[in-house]
Amino acid sequence: MSIFGWLNDQVLRMQWLSDLVTAGVAAVGLDPASRLGGSVQFFVYDVIKIFILLSVLIFAISWVQSFFPPERTRRILGGRSGIWANTLAALLGTITPFCSCSSIPIFIGFTAAGLPLAITFSFLISSPLVDLASVILLASIFSWPIALAYVVVGLIVAIVGGTLIGRAGMEDQVAAFVRDVPVQEGEHVLTRGERMEFARDQVVEIIQRVWPYVLIGVGIGAAIHNWVPAEIITALLGQDKWWSVPLATLIGIPMYADIFGTLPIAEALVGKGVGLGTVLAFMMAVTALSLPSLVMLKRVVSMRLLLLFLAVVTGGILGIGMLFNAITHWFI
Amino acid sequence: MIIKILGSGCRKCVTLAENAKAAAEAAGKQAEIVKVTDMAQIAGYGVMSTPGLVIDEKLVSAGKVLTAEEIGRLL
Repeated sequence: MSIFGWLNDQVLRMQWLSDLVTAGVAAVGLDPASRLGGSVQFFVYDVIKIFILLSVLIFAISWVQSFFPPERTRRILGGRSGIWANTLAALLGTITPFCSCSSIPIFIGFTAAGLPLAITFSFLISSPLVDLASVILLASIFSWPIALAYVVVGLIVAIVGGTLIGRAGMEDQVAAFVRDVPVQEGEHVLTRGERMEFARDQVVEIIQRVWPYVLIGVGIGAAIHNWVPAEIITALLGQDKWWSVPLATLIGIPMYADIFGTLPIAEALVGKGVGLGTVLAFMMAVTALSLPSLVMLKRVVSMRLLLLFLAVVTGGILGIGMLFNAITHWFI
Repeated sequence: MIIKILGSGCRKCVTLAENAKAAAEAAGKQAEIVKVTDMAQIAGYGVMSTPGLVIDEKLVSAGKVLTAEEIGRLL
């Protein structure tokens, strides 16, 4: 335990970096215990930590991803149905690209190949919601039990959500042109060098895309951490308030940000006494549902199916938030 | 001929467009390079991973940045 604990503190949570930044803040004449010094410490430490973790994680995960291009995922899922097929789809969703912008081509590609909506939606829900990088970041900011719990509940939302959407019998609610899209078979097998190159490109591309969100997220986190009185936050989002989970979900849905940008906000909110379930609901709402992705999805499915998707995912997030708030004492 | 580059404007798509241009020039062909960035249109070609390369409305590659030589062989 002590060795594992030490590794966790130093490698994942980067305690050494925190100490270093604290010393640096003190060296330039700011008191790390003061408000301003504390904000600067939080901001610098979090930004450096998130960027280091992101680079390492995206590289490692892209390497794994390069073995599962969407074409292959589609072949693995083809011809399957039932709860295990949904589970498989949700699991495959965790190792596919981070960006919700790729979900529409994947939706069209899967549907055109005749995959049932149940399977496609399990995949589509899990893909932005649970990915390996965010799990390791969660472990870094909170703890391993919380990260693992997040994965499990995220997968459950994806599996149950996909199954419910499949049960609704809305196969005819997909835009007609989708079925006429040609199915491109055959995938390109990458060499080792190409995988390296792919992983490196992913790091550059994703960091270029997410860095503003990370800075904004850490900025908001630092502000909450040191400037907003805990009473205001707990009055709005405190664990004893029944509306905290719905409110956090509603705020999160229209927001479009990467999970990497929401983590520092989540960290600061938990520090102020906001319930774990409320914070997880906020993070899930931000990542799984966003206005841009809903607008994109509207182009390929009918309003009825879109609303069902929205209702199922929102319901799942609310349920998880309340459940986690009820069992927080297991984790903290 | 019309060469379409399918992709949302990532670095790889830019490289692929440059390679396609170089390939067409090397082959001495008159080619118009069109960038398709609309996701629904891209998916309409059956592409799930970008960048994709379409020559005269036929999809020839997806998910990979081809070199100018490789594109040259496809022209």
